[in-house]
Amino acid sequence: MSPPLSRPRLKVREEMYRRIHAHGVETYPHECCGALLGRDGEGLREVIDLVPLANRRDDSPRNRFELTPDDVRLAEKTASEKKLELIGWYHSHPDAPARPSEYDRNHAWPWYSYIIVSVEKGEARDTTSWRLHDDRAAYDAEEVEVAAR
Amino acid sequence: MAVKVMIPTPLRAYAGKQESVEVQAATVGEALSALTTKHTDLKKHLFSDDGRLRSFVNVYVNDEDIRYLQKEQTALKAGDTISIVPSIAGGVNRARI
Repeated sequence: MSPPLSRPRLKVREEMYRRIHAHGVETYPHECCGALLGRDGEGLREVIDLVPLANRRDDSPRNRFELTPDDVRLAEKTASEKKLELIGWYHSHPDAPARPSEYDRNHAWPWYSYIIVSVEKGEARDTTSWRLHDDRAAYDAEEVEVAAR
Repeated sequence: MAVKVMIPTPLRAYAGKQESVEVQAATVGEALSALTTKHTDLKKHLFSDDGRLRSFVNVYVNDEDIRYLQKEQTALKAGDTISIVPSIAGGVNRARI
């Protein structure tokens, strides 16, 4: 018998969840972005720490974010120093739903978790997380669990 | 000549879960071609439909970005390490200033 289909789970430490929201509020009406550090286990991935990063899209920061290869290398190095893995990325959607856009999909990588927080009129609202399918055609929504530890 | 291609974490599942793959190549273009011939599932993540490297795929030879060398024609020597480093981008679907 095959196991029941279930959504991938992403556990986010409460402090990190709050910090992602605070970053989105701080940069509003611009998009915030940063790296998710943690562990990738069988059936459960956990966000344990963050690396907040600067949005490099000076030309259109309200609806775009971008991180350079050097940012990615910094996030990888920080993860390695903390004995964690770089498991994904977060960004905000100012005054827009916490759902991946076509632009997000075109620029996404598989395997990573992509947390999106919607920030409406300066207040953090919905938070979702997504993983790109192998064929790049769509995403799986992750089940986000906020935990004290 | 033998060179090593470092595979970033999100693409390891398409490269036999390996951190690096050794290929025989004289240029970066040949190395990427050998890599995607060996691991065909990598191709759609590295190249767009028109066969060009995706804009958010960055390739380094021994820490030098190939955009500042001879791009995919960059010559390789035995023992060189090629790194594939993602850049990350996204954003809302709407035209705003």
